[in-house]
Amino acid sequence: MFEDLIYVLGKYHSWLIQGLGLTLQLLLISVIFGSALAIPLAICRTSKKVWVQAVPFSFIYVFRGTPLIAQLFMMYYGVGQLIANIDGIQDSWMWSYLRDPYWYCLFTFVLNTAAYVAEIMRGGINNVPSGEIEAARACGMTPATTYRRIIFPRMWQIIWPAYTNDVIFTLKATSLASTVTMMELTGAARKIVARTALPYEAFISAGIIYLIIVYVLTFGFKGVEKYLRRNEVRQANKKPSVKIGAQA
Amino acid sequence: MKNWIKAAAAAAVGIALSASAASAAWDKVVVATEGAYPPFNFVDKDGNLQGFDVDFTKELCKTAGVECEIVAQDWDGIIPGLLAKKFDAIIAQMSITEERKRSIDFTNYYCTTPAVFVGKDGMKIEAYKDGKVMEDALDGMVIGVQRSTTHANFLEDNFPNAEIRMYDTQDNALLDLTAGRIDATLADSGVLLEWVNSDAGKGYSFVSDTFAPVEWFGEGAGIGIRKEDQDLKELFNKALAEMLANGSYEKLNKKYFETINLHPR
Repeated sequence: MFEDLIYVLGKYHSWLIQGLGLTLQLLLISVIFGSALAIPLAICRTSKKVWVQAVPFSFIYVFRGTPLIAQLFMMYYGVGQLIANIDGIQDSWMWSYLRDPYWYCLFTFVLNTAAYVAEIMRGGINNVPSGEIEAARACGMTPATTYRRIIFPRMWQIIWPAYTNDVIFTLKATSLASTVTMMELTGAARKIVARTALPYEAFISAGIIYLIIVYVLTFGFKGVEKYLRRNEVRQANKKPSVKIGAQA
Repeated sequence: MKNWIKAAAAAAVGIALSASAASAAWDKVVVATEGAYPPFNFVDKDGNLQGFDVDFTKELCKTAGVECEIVAQDWDGIIPGLLAKKFDAIIAQMSITEERKRSIDFTNYYCTTPAVFVGKDGMKIEAYKDGKVMEDALDGMVIGVQRSTTHANFLEDNFPNAEIRMYDTQDNALLDLTAGRIDATLADSGVLLEWVNSDAGKGYSFVSDTFAPVEWFGEGAGIGIRKEDQDLKELFNKALAEMLANGSYEKLNKKYFETINLHPR
C-alpha cells in the first residue's frame, strides 16, 4: 500500500501538481466572478417589483434546480456546438478560445456559483435588522449609501459561514471539469488510475490535496469571519469586564 | 550407469510415442466462439454461426488438416468451458492478457483491430511509420482520445507537443471532431470504421495508416487453449503461419474489412 503510494507520488506528482493548479484557478475565478455577479442578482431579488425579480428568479431557479454536470454538458456540447456551427467562426481569431473547453467550464462554474451565492446573499440582505435600515434612511442616506454603509457590511457578517460552505462546495464542483477533458485534480487522479491500475493510491493522493485546500480555505475564512465580527467580539469582551468591575 | 542411459532412452521413446499419440488425437477439434460479437462472430437469422472468427476457424482447421466443430458459448462460461473440456479451443477475439494466461494458454495472436487516426477528408497524419513513432507528427494539433485507453497512453507518451484532450467516451470525442474543436481522434479502427461510414461521419475518413505496435496496444487476440495441450498450440501456430504466408488470411481479412489490416505485425 505505502510502496504503491510512494510509487504513484514519485512518478506522477507532476500531473497532480498541474491538476492542483487548474483546480485552484477554476475555484478562484468562479468564486470571485460568481460572487461579483451574485450581488446585483441578490439586490434585484429583494426588490418588491415583480418585473425586477423575474429575471434573477428564473436564472437562480434554473441553475440551482439542475445538476451541474448537465449544465456543463449543455454549455460545452450544446452551446459549444452551436457556436462551432456559426459561419466563418472557425476561421476567426476567436476560435482558438471558443474551441477550448476551459472557457466553457469557467463560464458554467461562474454562473452556477452566482446562482447559489445570490440566494445566500438574498437571505443575508433580508435579515439585516430593519431598524438599522430605517435609522440610515432617517439620517438621510440614499439607498446606494445605505447599501454601501449598512446593508452590505451587515450582509457579509450574516452570510459568511454559509458563504464559506459554498466556496468549499465550489471547490468540489470543479472536479466535474474532467468530464469535458480538463485535467484538474480529479482528472489527474483518473489519468493515474488508467495508467497504474492503482485506484486507492491515486484517489487518496488527490483526496489529501483536497483536504489540504479545504483546511487552508477554512483557516483563511475563519480569519475573515473574526474580522467581520470584530464589533461583536469587542462588545462581548466588554460585558464581562463590566461584571467583574461590579463584583469588585 | 548403463541402466541410467537405458532408462533415459526409454523415457525419450515414451515421450515421443505419447506426443505422436496426442497429435493423432487431434483429428477432431471442438472450437468455441461467442456468437455475439459482429462482425467477428454472430448467429445469422437461420441460426448459423457466421463471422470472421468462424470463417477463420474453418480455414485454419482445413490448413491444419483437422476436422473442426464450431460451437457457441456465452462469454462468461467460455474459459470454464474450455477447462472443463467441453471444447478444445476458443476463437472469439479473446485478447491475450496476463490475467487470462494464469488459467489458460494462447497461440500467437491471430487478429487485432489496429489503431487509426480519423480527421477531415484529405488530411494526412503519419504518427507511426515503419515501426517507429514520429514524435513531431502531431505538433500543434489538438487530438481527442478516450480516457483510460491504450490509445490515450500512446498519445500522451509519444507526442509532447500535441494537445491531447481526454474524453469520457469515444462518442463525445467524435462530437467534438465534427464541431471542429479537435483536429483528429485516435481509436480502434473497427469502431471508427462504422462511424466514418455513417451519416454522422460524412466528410471524415481514416487519415493515417492503421498500426498496432505491441508495446502500446498489446498482443491482440489469440486462440485460447488448455495449458496441457501444447501440441494443439503448435498445430494451430503452424497453420496460422501458413495461412498468413499463402494469402488465405488476407483474403478473409478483405472479405470483412476492406481497409483494416487485422494482422499488421
